[in-house]
Amino acid sequence: MSPTDLSTSKGSAPDPGLQIKASKQSGWQRFIKQIDIQLMVLPALCFVFVFSYIPMYGVLTAFQDYSLFKGFFASNWVGFKHFVAFFNSPDFERVLRNTLVISFLKLLISFPAPILLALMLNEVGNKYFKSLVQTLSYLPHFLSWVIVSGFVISMLSVDNGSINIILEKLNLIEEPLNFLSMPEYFWSILITTNVWKEIGFASIVYLAAIAGIDPHLYEAASMDGASRFKQIFLITLPCIMPVVIIFMILAIGNIMNAGFEDILLLSKDKIVWSVSDVLDTYVLRVGIENHRYSYAAAVGLFKSVVSIILLTIANAVARRSGNSLW
Amino acid sequence: MKLTFGDKMLQFWIYLFLTLLAFVTFYPFWNAGVISLNDGKDTMLGGITFWPREFTLENYKIVLQDERILNGFVISVSRTLLGTLLSIFATSLLAYGMTKRELMGRKYYMIMCVFTMYFSGGLIPTYLLIRELGLMDTFWVMILPGLVSVWNMIIFRTFFAGLPAGLEESAKMDGCGPWKTYFFIVLPLSGPVIATLSLFTAVAHWNEWFIPSIYINNENLLPVQTILRNTLNANIMTEQMSKLDPQAAARMAGASNVTTKSLSMATMMVATLPIIMVYPFLQRFFVKGVLVGSLKE
Repeated sequence: MSPTDLSTSKGSAPDPGLQIKASKQSGWQRFIKQIDIQLMVLPALCFVFVFSYIPMYGVLTAFQDYSLFKGFFASNWVGFKHFVAFFNSPDFERVLRNTLVISFLKLLISFPAPILLALMLNEVGNKYFKSLVQTLSYLPHFLSWVIVSGFVISMLSVDNGSINIILEKLNLIEEPLNFLSMPEYFWSILITTNVWKEIGFASIVYLAAIAGIDPHLYEAASMDGASRFKQIFLITLPCIMPVVIIFMILAIGNIMNAGFEDILLLSKDKIVWSVSDVLDTYVLRVGIENHRYSYAAAVGLFKSVVSIILLTIANAVARRSGNSLW
Repeated sequence: MKLTFGDKMLQFWIYLFLTLLAFVTFYPFWNAGVISLNDGKDTMLGGITFWPREFTLENYKIVLQDERILNGFVISVSRTLLGTLLSIFATSLLAYGMTKRELMGRKYYMIMCVFTMYFSGGLIPTYLLIRELGLMDTFWVMILPGLVSVWNMIIFRTFFAGLPAGLEESAKMDGCGPWKTYFFIVLPLSGPVIATLSLFTAVAHWNEWFIPSIYINNENLLPVQTILRNTLNANIMTEQMSKLDPQAAARMAGASNVTTKSLSMATMMVATLPIIMVYPFLQRFFVKGVLVGSLKE
């Protein structure tokens, strides 16, 4: 204990004797003495405990036949029954495939898009144009998915959708297509919407990384006759690579999270569920709408366990790569 | 710097692409705004793009007189104000306590908090807990579960730790306990970080629609985003119906003077307005916020 610790005991001057006594105090006495600080943190920690840790314990319903009437403590234990049922159900393959496909598509397209935007914004000399593009492209990030899905529904609608109007004017289609009810378009729509919403905001991190590059590098390169285009590939990209790699690794660790709100709001038509149903939406539908709590909890737990393994590996790799941000 | 021909071509394509991007970002707002200002029945005929064909403010009048939507606004505003206030208070208080070296169990408290960022019980156990707690169909279900944000706590803690230590020392000398120090020294000095995190929390509250959609059945407690989502659902139903049975859909639409499409666009515009209004402030803060967030894991 350092002398400053004692100063919580108000008024009394810290003398050496007191200090020795203090170190002999039991934990409980010390706790009482600093009750005012403890009272700052304990109420908030109670909330964390109740709303984060009790559900972690509640995950055990996955091994029960949970019944609303019996409650958690009286429900029967059934071991891995629900896990086996899930792995053997025809839903398993479909849901897992959709989760992985959507995640990979997001990694392949939504991930590099903001990097590309940052590289382009960096080449813009006119600062008004640059800030106009930035201001506009950051905005959708702050809209709720409900609003964004409203835009998508409106753009793609049959009766008035601008996309259908354009395609008809260009003679690409004979009559308006009901895009949101066509499974073959669902993934494209989902990814496009994601890029539309997040491209600007996600580019901020990369812009900041670009801003940190030593300008002398560019001067030297242009003296040596490198074109702007070449400079992008030989200076800018290599310099921001560490940041890119970190975010890439973390994104790979997140592969089980294909998205939730976006998928939920864009797959209104049951026809597209064959391609839109991912683990999270499946848990919601089976668990809360069909009341199969234990089965859904098992699916959720399966997802969490795979997720945490991937995340741990990703974090370890990110640290190991030596490019660690923190 | 002299630009070569190749550089100029590059510039040209970049400007062209970014102009397109800006347009594509802007157009859905504009189009939704235009449809919301167009006569509902006329909208049904299709073909509305850049300008309203039959300008009217009728849709907005209806939206602003619709008791269900107005009530939704009251709920949204209350949950945003109350939720932000309580969350920022609880989170910053926790963060301040955690800066105290002498706090017993500090290390364990921190591990306890950080672990929740990696693992959660998931939807079903949380749902069952909320049921058991009797929070179903209450206003508080929108505020209590997310009250303490570990992420924000870490940002607050980093900020508090950077405050000059001398100030707190002298406050202590003058007989200020930790609570007094928190209220009269720390909070007044933390304007920027409080403003930033409050804005972000408020935007998140305003935009949140999922919690009420599963925990609240009472229509009078639904915030505007959830109401909007239900309206859009109904719209799609009508559209699907019109595919199967055009006459029935036409009858349904004809029954009310204003079709749901123009109306829901007007509702969307009204629900977006608060975000647009705080956006300039957000923009001033968020670049800093994002950087703090990415540097501190």
